[in-house]
Amino acid sequence: MFVWAFLLTLTVILLYAVVVVYAERKAAAFVQDRLGPLEVGPKGLLQTVADLLKLLQKEDIIPNASDKILFRLAPWLIFIAIFCGFIALPWAPGLVGSDLPSGIFMIFAVVSLDVIGLFMVGWGANNKYALFGAVRSIAQIISYEIPLGLCLLAVVTFTGTLNLQEIAAQQALHSTSYLFGIPAVDVSHWGGIFAWNIIRFPVLIPVAILFFITTLAECNRAPFDIPEAESELVAGFHTEYSGFRFGMLFLSEYAMMLLVALLLVFLFLGAWHSPLPNIAAIALCDWTSGAVGHWSAIAWSVFWLGIKTMTVVFWQIMLRWTFPRLRVDQLMHLCWKLFLPLSMLLVLTSAVWKWFLIA
Amino acid sequence: MAVKNSTYRTHFFTIIGSLLGAVLLAWKHFRSAIHRKKIMSIDDTSYFHQKDGVVTTLYPYESIPVPDNGRYRLHNEMEDCIVCDLCAKICPVDCIAIDPIKSTVEIGKTSDGSTRRIYAATFDIDMAKCCYCGLCTTVCPTESLTMTKAYDYSEFDIRNMVYHFADLSPEESVVKRKEWDEAQAAKLAAKAAPVATEEKPSAVADGEQPVAKPKPFIPKAMPPKVAIPVKKADDANVTPSAESKPEETPKPKVSIPPKIKIPLPKKKDDDATKGETTE
Ligand code: SF4
Ligand code: SF4
Repeated sequence: MFVWAFLLTLTVILLYAVVVVYAERKAAAFVQDRLGPLEVGPKGLLQTVADLLKLLQKEDIIPNASDKILFRLAPWLIFIAIFCGFIALPWAPGLVGSDLPSGIFMIFAVVSLDVIGLFMVGWGANNKYALFGAVRSIAQIISYEIPLGLCLLAVVTFTGTLNLQEIAAQQALHSTSYLFGIPAVDVSHWGGIFAWNIIRFPVLIPVAILFFITTLAECNRAPFDIPEAESELVAGFHTEYSGFRFGMLFLSEYAMMLLVALLLVFLFLGAWHSPLPNIAAIALCDWTSGAVGHWSAIAWSVFWLGIKTMTVVFWQIMLRWTFPRLRVDQLMHLCWKLFLPLSMLLVLTSAVWKWFLIA
Repeated sequence: MAVKNSTYRTHFFTIIGSLLGAVLLAWKHFRSAIHRKKIMSIDDTSYFHQKDGVVTTLYPYESIPVPDNGRYRLHNEMEDCIVCDLCAKICPVDCIAIDPIKSTVEIGKTSDGSTRRIYAATFDIDMAKCCYCGLCTTVCPTESLTMTKAYDYSEFDIRNMVYHFADLSPEESVVKRKEWDEAQAAKLAAKAAPVATEEKPSAVADGEQPVAKPKPFIPKAMPPKVAIPVKKADDANVTPSAESKPEETPKPKVSIPPKIKIPLPKKKDDDATKGETTE
């Protein structure tokens, strides 16, 4: 199982990167009233493949004055850290690298190693722009990890488990569910969207929004892309990188996007369960879920998980082409003075509400 | 800082509102990307009415029609050109090179009735230098020189940007020049015959020729260069001379690198002086 999950994850990340880079360029083009890539392959579909081939053939430049060991090691560290985050993420019921009881905790512990890699990139390159980028990146990621952790805490308070498989199972049809967190209204036979964590427990709606924003910052995505800030820092922390190593840094960024999008779906949006509810005789949820234990269940799970995750990724992309980049001080202001108190408040609310639910 | 923070706080909901507005705007553009603006000329009345949709023109495959008065590549209708050299004189970047040869007879009429008396052995327009100011077309008395709608004519070799409109082939120009020189010499001889000795006609001929030719030449090719003009005025006169001309045809193209240019005229200089003296 572990090997299969490993290969599956690697393939999914690579395929996803190819597709999403294309999608991102198309989405950017459409938001800006352009057409985007068109020349390579039908409708430009092979553009990313061509770019990847180009990237792989590029000369691997290592600056003379750089710290060669750090420079070579850093992209691997970043990629491995993020890749390890996928270990505890299930792809379908039962298909998971490691069914850890402390899944979420493990993911965030491992993924935060990413910061060390980023610092190695910036420091090893011996370039002022790279160092600026790395320093900003560390300041940003470490700051935003706090509200992010508190968001997770709010979810975990409600779910009572750190295992993503269990969290997914809780959002299935026929699991205990109350409409909008009111114990008197039991809608567990509806399933679908009513079994989603954010509907079962509405405190999680602001938590989900907060989670989405802080994870954007974790991924260094716009509007929190000051570590890369093309217009100020050339290319930020990966200024000196080229060829394959640059490709790995790039891939890590996109893998991180996928990771947080998947987590968002697992924690808030009903994991791999169908969003369509059973309404009286119209059993939309049953029709779009497949029979338990049958291959159709796996197929539907993968389908819904994919759709939901891609929707989240789509909005990550759209926001990048909507908002201008935040200034460093605004970024810190947002995190420490707004998100931190807000997330603390949400944890508290979540705990109190949960206490009433049980009682 | 304190002031700033308080503004952050008081404007919290305004900020949230404008952020949502931005997202909606981006989404609106994303959605309207299924339309494409039609490719239409600026002349079209509905040109400014297309508000939404993708604006990109897939250039090599499609292009926006150029209005009829588009001012792009120059074209000279040689049939109508009287080789008056006005265009070359007015050109602010000196990209028109004309080498006129007077004809002994009237060549023909232009479409507006002017008489054509001068051939153009060279009529080169270097479109790479042209700044599309259109001055040359304004001064052209016969309106033979016009700007066309053709704008896509980039070249891999910059020398191909020089457009040749000459109405004589190199061989023909040799013949015509000889004809004119001979006619001129004959005329002078006829004038001088009763009075002068043998030497005089040739001397006068030497004097006469520069008067006829340099006029177009000096202003055209030389002005920018400071020290050399005196020598070069001669070269310029001489370049089209009988012997050197056939070799010469491709030369205008090479004229960019100065190294090549300088040695050549020297040769011609010699040839030419020989030629002139022998004549
Ligand atoms: S358009 Fe202007 S720059 Fe071009 S040839 Fe005519 S006068 Fe010269
Ligand atoms: S101004 Fe017109 S008529 Fe005169 S030389 Fe130029 S093109 Fe010919």
